[in-house]
Amino acid sequence: MEDLKKTPLYQIHQKYGGRIIDFGGWALPVQFTGIKEEHQAVRTAAGLFDVSHMGEFFIHGPDALALVQRVTCNDIARGTPGRVIYSPMCNERGGVVDDLMVYCLGDGGYMMVPNAANIDKDWAWVKDNVKGLKVDLRNASSETGEVALQGPDSEAILQRLTRTNLKEIKYYRFQEHVEVAGVRSIVSRTGYTGEDGFEVYCKPDDTPLVWEAIMEAGHDYGIVPCGLGCRDTLRFEAGMPLYGHELDDDRTPLEAGLDRFVSFAKGDYVGREALLKQKNEGLKIKLAGFEMVDRGVPRAGYPVLLDGHEIGWVTTGTYSPTFDKNLGMAYVPAELARPGVELVVGVRGKELRIVTVPLPFYKRGATK
Amino acid sequence: MHPSDRKYSKTHEWVKIEGKEGRVGISHHAQDHLGDIVFVELPEIGKQVKKGEQLCVVESVKAVADCYAPVSGKVVKVNDKLVDKPELLNQDPHGEAWIAVVEVADPGETTDLLDGAAYDKFCEEESGH
Repeated sequence: MEDLKKTPLYQIHQKYGGRIIDFGGWALPVQFTGIKEEHQAVRTAAGLFDVSHMGEFFIHGPDALALVQRVTCNDIARGTPGRVIYSPMCNERGGVVDDLMVYCLGDGGYMMVPNAANIDKDWAWVKDNVKGLKVDLRNASSETGEVALQGPDSEAILQRLTRTNLKEIKYYRFQEHVEVAGVRSIVSRTGYTGEDGFEVYCKPDDTPLVWEAIMEAGHDYGIVPCGLGCRDTLRFEAGMPLYGHELDDDRTPLEAGLDRFVSFAKGDYVGREALLKQKNEGLKIKLAGFEMVDRGVPRAGYPVLLDGHEIGWVTTGTYSPTFDKNLGMAYVPAELARPGVELVVGVRGKELRIVTVPLPFYKRGATK
Repeated sequence: MHPSDRKYSKTHEWVKIEGKEGRVGISHHAQDHLGDIVFVELPEIGKQVKKGEQLCVVESVKAVADCYAPVSGKVVKVNDKLVDKPELLNQDPHGEAWIAVVEVADPGETTDLLDGAAYDKFCEEESGH
C-alpha cells in the first residue's frame, strides 16, 4: 500500500474502518461495513463516497468551447453556465478514450472530470487535440478533493451545512462558490449511483473537514461511509457504463447504448465520421442487460454462447442487492440485444441459462 | 478467536473431525475477507476430493473464491441450506454454515493443519500486522 497514491481522505478511511485496496494505483476503501449494507443505505437514505481520485481539467481561453466540442461527442454548445453535460470522448475510430462530465463554468470556461485511471491518457489526448486553438489548459487533478453524497436524503443532509438553497440546483446542474461547512466548494447535483445526490469539489486540505461535517449532519438520517464495492453495484443497477468494462478504446458509444450522448448535428469532432458510418451501416454488437435463469453469478469476461458458439462476453456481472438477483451486462450481436432473448453464459466450464432484459435494471423510485 | 475444536488450512478452510468423518467449512477470517457472500457452488455428493484440491466455489459480491479440501476423501453430505441462504457463511461460518462432510481417507493428513491459536497467528501475519 505504501507505493499507492493516497487521497486527502486516506486517514479518514482508516478511522472509519475502510478495507483499503489498490484501485488503479490508488489506495481506496472497497467497503466499510459491507457492500450490501452500504448499497442499501444509498438506495434508502444516504451514503458518502470519496471520489477525490477523479480528475479535473480546466479549459479556458477564446477557443475553450471549440476544444471541448472537438474532443467530445455530446453537444456542449447547448451548455449554459451551471450545466453539467455527460459525454463520451472518442478516438478517430469512434472508440471511447474515456467518458466524462463537462461542467460549463460561469466565466466561459469548462471543467472536465475524467476517470481516475484515465487522467494521464486523457490529459495527453486533450493536449494533442489543441492544434490551432487558443486555450489555457490546467490539470488540477492533484489539487482537488471530491466527495459524493448519494441517496434520497442527500438534499436534507447537505442543506444543514450550506446557506445556498439546494433546491435551486436541479439535476445535472451545479453552482460554484458554494460554502459547505464553511468550505468554498463547487457543488453539483450529479452522481454515479442512480440516486439523487451531490458531488462536492474542494481543496484537498479542506476535504476531511467536509467529509466529517457531512457524516455528522447525516447521522440522524443513517448516513454511512461507502466504498468502491457498492459504487460498482449501484452504478451497475442504474445501467451506467464503467470504463474498462462497458467502454474502452475499441467500443463505441453507440454499441454501449449511449446514443443520446452522441450528437451528429453539432459539427465535426474526433470520431464523428466513424460513428456516423457505424450508425448508417448498423451495429454489429450491442450492450444488453440480462438476468440469470440458472443459479450462478456472471462475471466480467465470461463468454456468452448461443448453440455452443461464443457470440459475446460479459462486461459486468454481479449479485444485485436491490433485486436480490444475479444480473449482468454483455456485448452480444445487435439483433440479440432486445429483451427476452434466451442465451447461455459460460461459468467455469458450465453453461448457465440467461435471458436478456431492458437496461437500466434500476430506475429511481421504481422499486419503492 | 478461531475455535480450538478443529483444524485449519493455510487456504482458510476448517475441518472438524467427527469419528471417521470430517466436517468442512471456511474460516471466520475467510468470510470476513470475502465480504457479503451471495453464492455457493456446492460439491456433488460422492465426489472424491484430494487434500488441497478444489472442493467448491464461494462467491461474494466482489469476488469468486475457490474453497479447497483440507483433507482427502469422499463427500458424503453437503449443506443444502447454503443454496438459498449463502449469507449464513458470513453469519455463522464455524457453525450452521458448514459446507460439506467428507469421509476421511487418511486421518494422518490432519497433522500438518493448524490449530486455532496457530491459525490466528497465521492470519495476523498474512494481513501484515
